[in-house]
Amino acid sequence: MNDTPTSAHPKIRIRDLRKSFGSKVVLDGLDLDIADGESVVVIGGSGTGKSVLLKCIIGLMEPDSGTIEIDGENVVGLPRSQREDFMRRFGMLFQGGALFDSLPVWENVAFGLMAAKHMDRSDARKVAIDKLAQVGLNEEVSTLSPSELSGGMQKRVSLARAIATDPEIIFFDEPTTGLDPIMADVINDLIVKCTRELGATGLSITHDMASARKIADRIAMLYQGRIIWAGPVADIDNSGNEYVDQFIHGRAEGPIQMAVRRG
Amino acid sequence: MNPLATIGRGFLAILATAGRISMFAATAVSHCVRPPFYPRLVLRQFLEIGYYSLPVVGLTTLFSGMVLALQSYTGFARFSAESAVATVVVLSMTRELSPVLAGLMVAGRVGAAIAAEIGTMRVTEQIDALTTLSTNPFKYLIVPRLIAATVSLPILVLIGDIIGVFGGYVVGVYKLEFNAATYIQSTVQYLERVDVISGLVKAAVFGFLVALMGCYHGFKSRGGAQGVGAATTNAVVTASIMILVANYVITELFFAE
Ligand SMILES: Nc1ncnc2c1ncn2[C@@H]1O[C@H](COP(=O)(O)OP(=O)(O)OP(=O)(O)O)[C@@H](O)[C@H]1O
Ligand SMILES: [Mg+2]
Repeated sequence: MNDTPTSAHPKIRIRDLRKSFGSKVVLDGLDLDIADGESVVVIGGSGTGKSVLLKCIIGLMEPDSGTIEIDGENVVGLPRSQREDFMRRFGMLFQGGALFDSLPVWENVAFGLMAAKHMDRSDARKVAIDKLAQVGLNEEVSTLSPSELSGGMQKRVSLARAIATDPEIIFFDEPTTGLDPIMADVINDLIVKCTRELGATGLSITHDMASARKIADRIAMLYQGRIIWAGPVADIDNSGNEYVDQFIHGRAEGPIQMAVRRG
Repeated sequence: MNPLATIGRGFLAILATAGRISMFAATAVSHCVRPPFYPRLVLRQFLEIGYYSLPVVGLTTLFSGMVLALQSYTGFARFSAESAVATVVVLSMTRELSPVLAGLMVAGRVGAAIAAEIGTMRVTEQIDALTTLSTNPFKYLIVPRLIAATVSLPILVLIGDIIGVFGGYVVGVYKLEFNAATYIQSTVQYLERVDVISGLVKAAVFGFLVALMGCYHGFKSRGGAQGVGAATTNAVVTASIMILVANYVITELFFAE
């Protein structure tokens, strides 16, 4: 089961988190701890609730029950205004990008700087262009509209937006999906830089095991609404857990049955 | 099937929706008066909602004024009351036609656009992204649209009043061969301030309703392109119905003895 982390005060401590949509149970008593400055990757099949987990932590969805403590304070059920104060400390890369299509690329990246840090437009623009350069996009791109970019470029712009305000905790929902292998590795390096070098706490979701091995300190596997295995990235190949083995080797045969009809 | 149960259930559903819309409106209005404000966005919505609606409002009121003059002339000729044409045109335009037509036109043009834009932002998680970037979607998206629509519709209606009366004048003087000075004199003779003001009050209410319905349906939309399509239709239909109901209620408040 869940390994108990050594740190007494995790940055994020989740206990018995439950969330259902109608009769569909998505999170079913989930426990997870994330230490300060640690990078945790959550793996799991499509539709198991990884994005829902992220949205519950960040406050975009209200869980049905359970607790989510950030620096020891339970944020579940906090009034809107206090919840917003917590959000200032988060950055989030959405699975679908979620770029504002009414704004040019640079304003997308500068948005949080202007809104949360009250930076003026010209300064924010400079930071935005710098962040765009870090994800491999040059200044010409900055004045385009997001709809003029390719899918992979949009992904990189949303990554730049997520890290622009130097948040304490960053959530990456499938940061490398849709990128070519080289750009995926550039993004992996960038995530590592944000978490290991700048000290941010990271929680990422990915299906890409190469990416997971690179960015994770610890990997947790979500299955049927719970974390069925969590451990250091070095242990992933000898987890002794047949669900994890099936997942990381991508085998159709095994204890995890996909809801598809074969033959 | 018990028919009474069906009716009751439908009635309860309508009440629940009315409650949700009222809650939404109350939240939106409460955000209008609390900072931060986004004057740049309000200005942009003025352009979008007010300025770009000028041609369509101008055309509808112009032809309404013209047809009013023609209809009332041919109708009133039956009892030799042709001289009332100018008065009929100006009273109908200012009290009724200009606000209602402008309201319905703006509902179609702007209400649909608001619902589609906010709905798309909802289903592509842009509204969630706003929240994570320390920006309240009510203040950033909804307040500017509500303010711009509520303020710009009375201005549109005032312009529509003038254009409509002018349309009546053109038909009256050039087609029906009224004396120009007499026509203008009878236009202003029976016009009271309350006629114009009631029309402008209606316009402000209609503008608020159009923006509110666009925002509400857009904000609550679910499920991809289909959900956004449904939100757009609902925004236009509910706004139009509410405009017609509110029109009666406001008329009653102003003019019933
Ligand atoms: N707003 C919602 N309303 C209803 N059901 C939802 C909602 N959001 C998610 N779900 C359901 O919750 C389940 C988990 O969704 P989630 O998006 O978390 O999957 P995921 O693990 O991120 O999958 P993927 O790897 O494909 O992104 C899905 O079955 C989905 O249908
Ligand atoms: Mg997901």
